[in-house]
Amino acid sequence: MSHPTAGPTRRAFRDLPFELRLEARMETPRWLSPALTVGAIVVALLISAVILAVVGADPIRVYVHIVRSSLGSVGVISDTLVKATPLILTGLACALAFRMRLWNIGAEGQLLLGAWAASAVVLVPLVPEGTPGIVILPIMGVAGFLGGAAWGLVPGVLRARFGVNEIIATLMLNSMAFFWIQYWVFGPWTEGGFQLTKQFPVETWLPRLSDFAETYPVLGGLTIHAGFLLALAAAGVVWFIVERSAWGYEIRLIGDNQRAARYAGIRITRNVILVFAVSGGLAGLAGMSEVAGVVHRLQDNFSPGYGYTAIIVAYLAKFHPLRVVPVAILFGALILAGREIQPSGVPAMIQGTILFCLIASEVFLRYRVSVVRRETRPVGPT
Amino acid sequence: MIDLQLVVAAGIATGTILLFAAVGEILAERSGVLNLGVEGMMLIGAVVGYATAVSVGDPWLGVALAMLAGGLLSLLHAVITIHFRADQVVSGLALTFLGTGLARVLGEGLSKAGAISLLPRLTIPVLSDIPVLGPIAFTDQSILVYVGYLLVPATWYWINRTRPGLHLRAVGEEPAAADALGVSVYWTRYRYVFVGGLLAGLAGATITLAVQPGWFGDLTVNKRGWIAIGLVIFAQWSPFRAAFGAYLFGAIVQLTLSMQLPPTILGFPNPFFEYHPNTFFLEMLPYALVLVALVLGSRGAMRKRIGAPAALGIPYVRGERGR
Amino acid sequence: MRGPTQPTAPTTPAVGGGGSPPAVELRGIVKRFPGVVANDGVDFDLRAGEVHALLGENGAGKSTLMNILDGLYQPDAGEIRVDGRPVTFRSPRDAIAAGLGMVHQHFTLVASQTVTENILIGLDRPRFRLDLRRFDDEVAALAERHGLRVDPRAKVWQLSVGEQQRVEILKVLYRGARVLIMDEPTAVLAPLEIEDLFATLRSMTAEGRSIVFISHKLGEVLAIADRITVMRRGRVTAAGIPGGSVDRGELATLMVGREVLESIERVPVSPGRTILALEGVEADGDKGIQALRGVSIEVRAGEIVGIAAVAGNGQSELAEVITGLRSCRGRVFVDGEDVANRSVGRTIDRGVAHVPEDRTGVGTAPNLSLVDNLIMKRYRAAPIARGWSIDMGAARGVAARLKDGYDIAAPTVDTQARLLSGGNLQRLILAREIESQPQLLVAVQPTRGLDVGAIESAHRLLLERRAAGAAILLISEDLDEVLALSDRVAVMYEGRIVGRFEAVEADVARIGLLMTGGTGEEAQSAGPTEGDAR
Repeated sequence: MSHPTAGPTRRAFRDLPFELRLEARMETPRWLSPALTVGAIVVALLISAVILAVVGADPIRVYVHIVRSSLGSVGVISDTLVKATPLILTGLACALAFRMRLWNIGAEGQLLLGAWAASAVVLVPLVPEGTPGIVILPIMGVAGFLGGAAWGLVPGVLRARFGVNEIIATLMLNSMAFFWIQYWVFGPWTEGGFQLTKQFPVETWLPRLSDFAETYPVLGGLTIHAGFLLALAAAGVVWFIVERSAWGYEIRLIGDNQRAARYAGIRITRNVILVFAVSGGLAGLAGMSEVAGVVHRLQDNFSPGYGYTAIIVAYLAKFHPLRVVPVAILFGALILAGREIQPSGVPAMIQGTILFCLIASEVFLRYRVSVVRRETRPVGPT
Repeated sequence: MIDLQLVVAAGIATGTILLFAAVGEILAERSGVLNLGVEGMMLIGAVVGYATAVSVGDPWLGVALAMLAGGLLSLLHAVITIHFRADQVVSGLALTFLGTGLARVLGEGLSKAGAISLLPRLTIPVLSDIPVLGPIAFTDQSILVYVGYLLVPATWYWINRTRPGLHLRAVGEEPAAADALGVSVYWTRYRYVFVGGLLAGLAGATITLAVQPGWFGDLTVNKRGWIAIGLVIFAQWSPFRAAFGAYLFGAIVQLTLSMQLPPTILGFPNPFFEYHPNTFFLEMLPYALVLVALVLGSRGAMRKRIGAPAALGIPYVRGERGR
Repeated sequence: MRGPTQPTAPTTPAVGGGGSPPAVELRGIVKRFPGVVANDGVDFDLRAGEVHALLGENGAGKSTLMNILDGLYQPDAGEIRVDGRPVTFRSPRDAIAAGLGMVHQHFTLVASQTVTENILIGLDRPRFRLDLRRFDDEVAALAERHGLRVDPRAKVWQLSVGEQQRVEILKVLYRGARVLIMDEPTAVLAPLEIEDLFATLRSMTAEGRSIVFISHKLGEVLAIADRITVMRRGRVTAAGIPGGSVDRGELATLMVGREVLESIERVPVSPGRTILALEGVEADGDKGIQALRGVSIEVRAGEIVGIAAVAGNGQSELAEVITGLRSCRGRVFVDGEDVANRSVGRTIDRGVAHVPEDRTGVGTAPNLSLVDNLIMKRYRAAPIARGWSIDMGAARGVAARLKDGYDIAAPTVDTQARLLSGGNLQRLILAREIESQPQLLVAVQPTRGLDVGAIESAHRLLLERRAAGAAILLISEDLDEVLALSDRVAVMYEGRIVGRFEAVEADVARIGLLMTGGTGEEAQSAGPTEGDAR
């Protein structure tokens, strides 16, 4: 470590001939925010292309592959929407919490616990076997929500009562949820010692479009399931909560200035716990939708990190519940295509680059940025 | 039987990983910048160090490049949070995503690499003869473990007993005061964020080149970057407390690992040996411990109303007073 | 210029006037900020060994000018000369190297560090190892020489506001400053501390140092200044007039450009029933030290009770206890109901409005719109609340009405609160709180940092509420404001009420004595104590 003094290094740094000047914007043009978002994505894709080229991959082929294998036909679009479904729900979970500046990074763990709770309904079983889908599916939904909510409640209470940093708490709980699932799929619920449970009975499957292929052959092979509709409905409900309800006003106020919220008579502790629980519940619904709509059993590693991608989805949607939907579809496409891309880290790297470019772009939203030449001589009268 | 001496010795070795990352984060946070990208920087350090050792064969060059890679990544965070005044939480998360993805891309195929030459292990002549402590702390440990022993008091001295440390504390507590007296807030923050990145890179290299060699993708670091950040809160920004926490945590993790093997513990049948799925509860234990440590650390900080540097997380803008 | 700074005072007093150039000279300084010209061709000169007062309202451009002289801002045009030589200051460090030091209105001290550590920040020595003992002695000696009593080993958070100011002065003296710029140094001081400060300033000018004394208080300027320069709206309206040659009225006219209302007309209102009653209230401050020690006080409908106290004597905590923001021991009755330790929401429902001390940190949500900020206290009630939902149309209607009614200057009701100026922000808060038709209004520092026009309108609003029958508790560090508005005055010192006065009979000197720790018995016998003293 060099010894920092007031010596030459510091002078050299401070005497750069240019400086970045930021002036707060009084008003932001309407077009600026979407334009910056698009610009940030474009820049991120360019940066990612450079990195791909450096490590020896062909960026154009990678990008073409992503588009073709996620949006190239009705079949793959349906698959993309399947991937988008848990992203919408977990994205909403994050958007709701982030609105209050609660950094719930635990959507992944809450999703796992939701999946576990929904599976418990079938596997324990909590309802007799042979219960019709119209009855058991809502029960599984409620169980999924409650499972996720319970897992969200833990960091909520720790934060509200003990001031524990919720980011680290939720991350630790993600790891614990991972091992919790491992325990059940290797242990009590294992199917012949493999890390998965037996397949659920058909009545616990969320209906798919392909289920109606006998009547409408055109729907054959379309995997999209009712969970997608659930996700869209959830987006509407969260939108109402955040933008139109008194509770949403409280969330926004706490998110912007907690001391002002307290001054306005809002109970912070209760809201922190409540928002964390609802956020966890939404992520739990995603877990239920995955086991009931896609895998039809509980197994380890059924989520390729939906709960983490959700953070980027929420951020890209600027925490707006309705915008979560299109953004989640975009990232669903990336995840779908990413399964076959080599090297396997490419989707994660692109996601990280997009998020980075996005937050860097926000400086232009809040400030008028200019690079100015520093005066090098005394300022004379003009 | 469980050999406690071996367990603690291995705990110190794995604790060194956390120690480097936590000390780096303490320095960055003392300057007022929260960097949540430790996990990403550690992964980059781990993969760069390992890849260098695999392709060039020199683990020391691996350490150097690992530190440089961690440092470079941290500068991204520095530019975005210091100059662009972005939210430090979000930028740190982005750094983790970027580092994770980048490490996976760079680490493609590395998991199949054969044995590499590791950093040397040393036994310190006189000190290793000390009863109990000698065999645990000074016998057949990686050279980086000894670097860790020296780093902790050196960092404490730097922060509390030197002029640059005085400036570091001033910038993290009351940047306006430092600025008014001619200490460059931005420059100071850049430096310490960079040092934090160097140490996170070193922590990553400590995994792959010394303590737990090999490349296993994300699992190489396995959330230890986040645990290091939790450790900083538990340690209330003190290097000595961080060292204590890191070694203790390392030892506990080692203990949980060694508890899976013997058929009996203290004469009782070992539940983790009898029914293998039970070991997953052992795997959860370290994370639950972090939660407990966070509760203890946060309560202490709340009670004493000390701990976090006053300006932590707040971008400095000359002429504006942080809220 | 950047060599190791020697902490020694200049030994040869420079003589002002004559052929030697002024210690500091500013010529044609222009500084623009988005939307305003803060300094518009300002000239200023400071002779060696004088106290030169820079007088002006808030927003006149005084602080901007001095921040330019201190290197914190760079001028858009103009020239700075020190001892006749042109200089460019890129940072305060450059200014210090040239012998200029500024004592800011808001102290910039590191609370967790000792006095000596604070003084050493930014210096080139010690080279590396921080041997505090040696420097403690140096600081103690320097403090002694200038009558600045403070313990070098004490942590800053343990010091009183007056002591903290002494640390700030020591900081610039230790750097060998020959020119001291003092930005509203008396704003936080009690009358006795102000006299100590003036004595220190005179001892420094006797040594040949020069002082720029920034203030908007006419009396103080006349008491200390050798010469006076007056600024208004970024321009100089009077340059370097000798202190003895003007009177208050002339200065006031130069400062505000019109006759100042020296007193406020108050219609007599006969107080009604007791709205607020505190009985033996005790509470702890943020640092865990007891801030309120058995406070009992009553406020009746239709009267203003003022709390006179120097900053940090428990008045902020008093306001927080009444509004439910701070837990306490003892009883707090609002219109007969004990609301102590109940929720903030409960006190709001009981009709308690609160103009908080910290407008940006507590009183508003900076990134939310005017609408969101204006409905903060009424979003739970009709017509804005409709079941679980909020009627945004009704909310916008309310916001638009208040924006017009209270002259809140902003482009639209969707403008973010952070973009409002201080005066507009305060009007927003007053609009919100007063429109809730409160039984009790707790107003803390309602006019701090506002210009004369905004102060007048705030005072008028408070008196209107009084006339409408509200009980008002006015907490202000501006003693003139307290005396001008209050029907009764209570003096607080170290968490206790140490004196009570009917405003008409209040004796400023005696209040000043009590505010700074004079004995309670003295005041009880001297001042008329009214019936509500429990």
